[in-house]
Amino acid sequence: MTPPPDTADGTFGPDLVEVFGPSQSDGGPELVQLLTPEGERVHHPEFDLDFSAEQIRGFYRDMVLTRRIDTEATALQRHGELGIWAQLLGQEAAQIGAGRALRPQDYVFPTYREHGVAWCRGIDPLKLLGLFRGVDHGSWDPHEFNFGLYTIVIGAQTLHATGYAMGMQRDGVVGTGDADRDAAVVAHFGDGASSQGDVNEAFIFAASYNAPVVFFCQNNQWAISEPIERQTRIPLYQRALGFGFPGIRVDGNDVLATYAVTQAALQRARDGQGPTFVEAYTYRMGAHTTTDDPTRYRLSADVESWKLKDPIARLEVYLRRNGLVDDGLVEQVKAEADELGAHLREGCKAMADPSPMRMFEHVYAEIPEELAVQRDGYADYLATFEGAH
Amino acid sequence: MTGTKITLAKGLNMGLRKAMEDDPKVLLMGEDVGKLGGVFRITDGLQKDFGEDRVIDSPLAESGIVGTAVGLALRGYRPVVEIQFDGFVYPAYDQIVCQVAKMRYRSAGHSPMPMVIRIPFGGGIGAVEHHSESPEAQFAHTPGLKVVACSNPVDGYWMIQQAIASDDPVIFLEPKRQYHAEKMELDESLAPPPLFTSRVARRGTDVTVLAYGPTVRTAMTAAEAAAGEGRSLEVIDLRTLSPLDMGPVLESVRRTGRCVVVHEAHVNLGMGAELAARVTEECFYSLEAPVLRVGGFDTPYPASRIEEEFLPDLDRLLDAVDRTFAF
Repeated sequence: MTPPPDTADGTFGPDLVEVFGPSQSDGGPELVQLLTPEGERVHHPEFDLDFSAEQIRGFYRDMVLTRRIDTEATALQRHGELGIWAQLLGQEAAQIGAGRALRPQDYVFPTYREHGVAWCRGIDPLKLLGLFRGVDHGSWDPHEFNFGLYTIVIGAQTLHATGYAMGMQRDGVVGTGDADRDAAVVAHFGDGASSQGDVNEAFIFAASYNAPVVFFCQNNQWAISEPIERQTRIPLYQRALGFGFPGIRVDGNDVLATYAVTQAALQRARDGQGPTFVEAYTYRMGAHTTTDDPTRYRLSADVESWKLKDPIARLEVYLRRNGLVDDGLVEQVKAEADELGAHLREGCKAMADPSPMRMFEHVYAEIPEELAVQRDGYADYLATFEGAH
Repeated sequence: MTGTKITLAKGLNMGLRKAMEDDPKVLLMGEDVGKLGGVFRITDGLQKDFGEDRVIDSPLAESGIVGTAVGLALRGYRPVVEIQFDGFVYPAYDQIVCQVAKMRYRSAGHSPMPMVIRIPFGGGIGAVEHHSESPEAQFAHTPGLKVVACSNPVDGYWMIQQAIASDDPVIFLEPKRQYHAEKMELDESLAPPPLFTSRVARRGTDVTVLAYGPTVRTAMTAAEAAAGEGRSLEVIDLRTLSPLDMGPVLESVRRTGRCVVVHEAHVNLGMGAELAARVTEECFYSLEAPVLRVGGFDTPYPASRIEEEFLPDLDRLLDAVDRTFAF
C-alpha cells in the first residue's frame, strides 16, 4: 500500500515523516507481537503473559470454529438462505483475543462483524444469522450475554459503549479492587468508522469522564473499497494521544498479543484509569460483505502477502512445533467444526419467516391507539385472503 | 388549598427536581446544565443538590450527548438530556432516529429506551438563526418516539415528570418564549391528566382551533378577541403530538363543523397536514369547510427583526377563522 502523495514530488511532507515516521505496510516498529507469522513465540517488554497450553489450545479451537461459522454463513448466503453476510475471514485472532480477554461482568458493543466475539460470549451462532436472513434485527437478549445487538450505522455503538461505561462508574463497579466486581466495556469498530463523528465524540466523552471503555479498532485496511489511506494519514493508534489516552497497535493476526494487550487495556479500565485505544492491525481477507467484489479495487498480490500472516496457520505451527497438539486434537476440533456447520445449515433453513403481525410488536412499551387500529385493520385485511389461492 | 405562582421555567425546574428525588436512576445531561443551570436556567440549582454524577455538564457534542444517554439507558438509567436550542438537535438526529427510536423494536423488547430529550423550541425571542425552530414534525414522523409539547407552567411541572416516568423515549418540547412569560398557580394536590392526552383549553361552539406549545397562547388571545365580535372559538391544547389524542379533537369538530390548526412550524408537511387528514377522514360529513392551517411560511426561519411576520399571530389566525365561514 503506497501512501498517497503529499507533495508535488510524490513523497510525504518532511514534517509528517519526522513526527510519525513513514507509513508501514507491516504494521510498523511499534506493533505488539508475541507470535510471528512463522509461528515463532517472541517476547515483548510490556505486554507479555505466560499462557498455559490449555489456554492456547482453547484459542486455536475458538479460531477454527469461528472461521467455520464464517465460511458456513458465506455458503448459506450463496445458497440463498441469507440475504447478506459480513465476513470476518482473517480477523479471527483479533476477535478471539479480544473476546477471551473479557470477564463475565464486562460488556461488549459490537459492529455487525463480531461473530468471533459473540462466540466468546456464548451466543449460539445460529442467533447471528437471523439479522442476515432477514427474520429479525438481532435475536439475543443483550443483557443475558453482556453483548449488545449488532449495530449497522457505522460507529454509533461507540457512544453507547461510552455511556454504558459511564453508567458502570455510577454503579460503583469501577476501581473497587474487587476482581469479580470491577467491570469495563469494549467498543468494537473498524478503520472506516474512525472517520465518523460519533467515534470521535465517543473518544472525547470517554476521555472527559475517564470512562472504563476500551476502544477496540480492527484495522482490516479496507472500508468496503476505500483503503486505510483514505481514512488517516497517521497510524490510527497514534490518534489516541490527541484525545488524551494511550493508543497501542497490536498484531491483530496474533491471538496471543491481542489477548495480552486487550486484557491489559481492560484491566486499566476496570481499575478506573480510563479509556485505551487498541488498534488491532489485521486484514480483511474476504469481501466487505457477500455483495462486495474486492477484485475491483485491490491487488491479489496484497491479499497473497497477508495469507502468509494467517492467524490460525501461525498458531497451529506454534502448537505443533512445541508438541502442544497432535493430529488427534486437530481432528477433534475439525469434527466439532463439522458439527457446528451442520447445526448452522439445518438451523438456518429451519428459521421460519416471522408472522407479518410481528412488525407491530415492541414499537412502544404501550401501543398507541392509532397504531393498534392500523394493526387490527391489517389483521382483518389479511383475514379476507384466508382460504383464497 | 392554594399553591404557589410559578413560571413555566420554574414549573419545569420543580418537575425535574421532583423526578430526581423520586427515582435515583434519573440523570440530567447537557451543555451548561450544571453550574450555570442551563442557558434558560431550567436546571438551576439541581447540580448543587444532586451532584455532578446526576447533573452532568457534557462536552459540546449533541450526538455524543444522546449517544451516551443511550448507553446510560441500556445500563438502567433514565437520562433526561437537554438540547440547548431546537436548531442544535440535528447533529443528534441520527442517534435519535436510528438508535433511540428503534432500540426497543430491534431488540424485540429486550432493550427499552426510557429517555427524555428536552428541546426548547419556537421563536419570538429575537435570537440569531438556528435558535427559533420548530422541528416537531421530524420527530412525530418517526415510529418509536413519542412527542409532547407543554404550553403552561402547571403542565410543565406535571408533564416533565410523566415523560421521565414513561418507558418510551419522549421528545419533550418547551416553548422557550413562554419560559418566563406568565405565572400560574400550581396546586400539587390536583392530579394531572395522563401525559398523552389533549385538553380543551377553552369551550366554544363555532370553530375548533388546534394549537400546542407556544401557539396555545395565541389561540387563547384570538378566542378572546373573537368573542368580542360574537364568534365562539373552542381551543384545544393538543399537548401530545405523537401519538395524537384525536378523541377531544373529533368530538369538538363534530360539534363546530370547522377546524383551524395553528403552529409555528412550516405548514408544508407539518403537524397541521396530519391533523387535517385525520379530521377529514373522521368528520367528513360534519365539516362545513376544509380544515385550514396557519403556520410559519415555507421559508427558513427569517432574521429576527421580521420574525413576528413569520410567526402566526392573532390576526392571521382570525383571518383563517373568517375563511372557514366563506365556504
